[in-house]
Amino acid sequence: MKITAAEVERVALLARLQLTAEEKSQLTLQLDAILEYMDKLNQLDTVEVGPFTHATEPSFALRADVVTNRPDPEALLANAPDRDGTFFKVPKILE
Amino acid sequence: MSLAALTIHQAGEKLRRREITSVELTAAVFQRIDQTDDRIRAYITLAKEAALEQARRADQQLMRNEMASPLLGIPLALKDNFLTRGLRTTCASKILGDFIPPYDATTVQKLRHAGAVFSGKTNLDEFAMGSSAENSAFFPTRNPWNLQRIPGGSSGGSAAAVAADECIAALGTDTGGSIRQPAACCGVVGLKPTYGRVSRYGIIAFASSMDQVGPLTKDVRDAALLLEAIAGHDPADSTSASRPVPKYSEVLNREVKGLRVGVPKEYFVPGMQPLVAKATRDAIRSLANQGAQIEDVGLPYTEYAVAVYYIVATAEASSNLARYDGMRYGYRAKANDLNETYRISRDEGFGAEVKRRIMLGTYALSAGYYDAYYLKAQKVRTLIKRDFDEAFKRCDVIVTPTAPTTAFKLGEKIQDPLQMYLSDIYTISINLAGLPALSLPCGFDGDGLPIGMQIIGKPFDEATILRVAHAYEQATEWHMKKPRIEDG
Repeated sequence: MKITAAEVERVALLARLQLTAEEKSQLTLQLDAILEYMDKLNQLDTVEVGPFTHATEPSFALRADVVTNRPDPEALLANAPDRDGTFFKVPKILE
Repeated sequence: MSLAALTIHQAGEKLRRREITSVELTAAVFQRIDQTDDRIRAYITLAKEAALEQARRADQQLMRNEMASPLLGIPLALKDNFLTRGLRTTCASKILGDFIPPYDATTVQKLRHAGAVFSGKTNLDEFAMGSSAENSAFFPTRNPWNLQRIPGGSSGGSAAAVAADECIAALGTDTGGSIRQPAACCGVVGLKPTYGRVSRYGIIAFASSMDQVGPLTKDVRDAALLLEAIAGHDPADSTSASRPVPKYSEVLNREVKGLRVGVPKEYFVPGMQPLVAKATRDAIRSLANQGAQIEDVGLPYTEYAVAVYYIVATAEASSNLARYDGMRYGYRAKANDLNETYRISRDEGFGAEVKRRIMLGTYALSAGYYDAYYLKAQKVRTLIKRDFDEAFKRCDVIVTPTAPTTAFKLGEKIQDPLQMYLSDIYTISINLAGLPALSLPCGFDGDGLPIGMQIIGKPFDEATILRVAHAYEQATEWHMKKPRIEDG
């Protein structure tokens, strides 16, 4: 096995996914098959090879640090799942 | 023939000669949608009222001869991962089911300035993750050539809408083949530009080192016209290139005599559909007949591309999709505390494939596995890029099949994620290397399904790709064939 049920549980926590028991057991099998396939990369010796960084030359453009968009709180709050006036309302963080 | 069947350049000519109006053209597109989209289901959201208003404005500008843009008054469809101000944008996900963007993607903004009309938002695999459009949280789209077949993915809705004449042309995005493979499946032209050629600002991010915007069109000239309109540097996307944008549509007619066409043996392998290989080889012969010089080239690291891609793309996706936390926008589940709110919102909001990729990417980046998977994959990615650098010393373009098979049946691969991933085998290396590539029709299989060939170019050399594609298209009639859409 490339990945165990306990590891799937740990990764699900890192990824902030609840996952049902059924999802977890199915994912363990599927991820195992996929990781098995990924093993073919180990056929290659890459000791002398540097990791890829970018496809094309990046352009480093400087610009003045000025506000270009008008503030529009109403437009930004319009998609809020829950709000209170001009605030996003979120679940309690501290007891 | 319905006006909806026209290309951008054909419709544009009629508009400028005042033979038709944009309102008539737009109405014809919506009439076609009414007739066929109950079976194809290319669109998630239609924007008929807004489109007719844009068409009326375009007609006024046409009357006053105000603007010379070839897109003025032309109805275009947008994949539903382009942010459109005021128009619902779902990314085919429940987590963004009601999302109304407060701003436009740069490409959408550019098309608005060019006077384009937006017919609506097209279906895709959720978050552009998939090769069949079956991963949409809402419904699958069907192939206009055969309703039992997939349209390809992830830009399946855009490709199907173009093939079915439910728009004049469309935009899609391509991270591992998501423009080219559906273009091949639906018998249309699809172009993925060089990484950095087109701004990604306002495109819902999937894998940021590979995502790129491009056109899906009825012919090569339209692809050139659309690319001209959307390409160029954008201060809001630091990875967009500041190179000048050539007039692609003006170099199409140059002949291909003397151009060197590379053919990699690694792209013609056992297991691929024999007629796909034959159609591609016939197309290469047609280019040779026009004076192109055919060169054998090697791309020996091709067989590792799928493994590299599904590590790099999922790693980037797991990071990009961390923003969907149900706090400022998007779906929020009822739960007892903050952590549970995150976890249940994401579990209920994302579909199976998206969760699978988030899990794979999180695993590949997690402590203890980073070197073995992510770092290893980025090293092999360097080798894949070097393959192309070497090959392009000996040729100007590389021609391959776009996909190993024609459109498969709905449901055929959905239970087997690895098999689904392998259907991207010919397209993903190009994203890993950041190169431009185009798919165009080059024949049909025994079931009457379209076959696509892929033309890959050097970085920022879309002009040569388009020129080769145009030369082939002019010598053949595949692009004139239209599907006859079956009754449901």
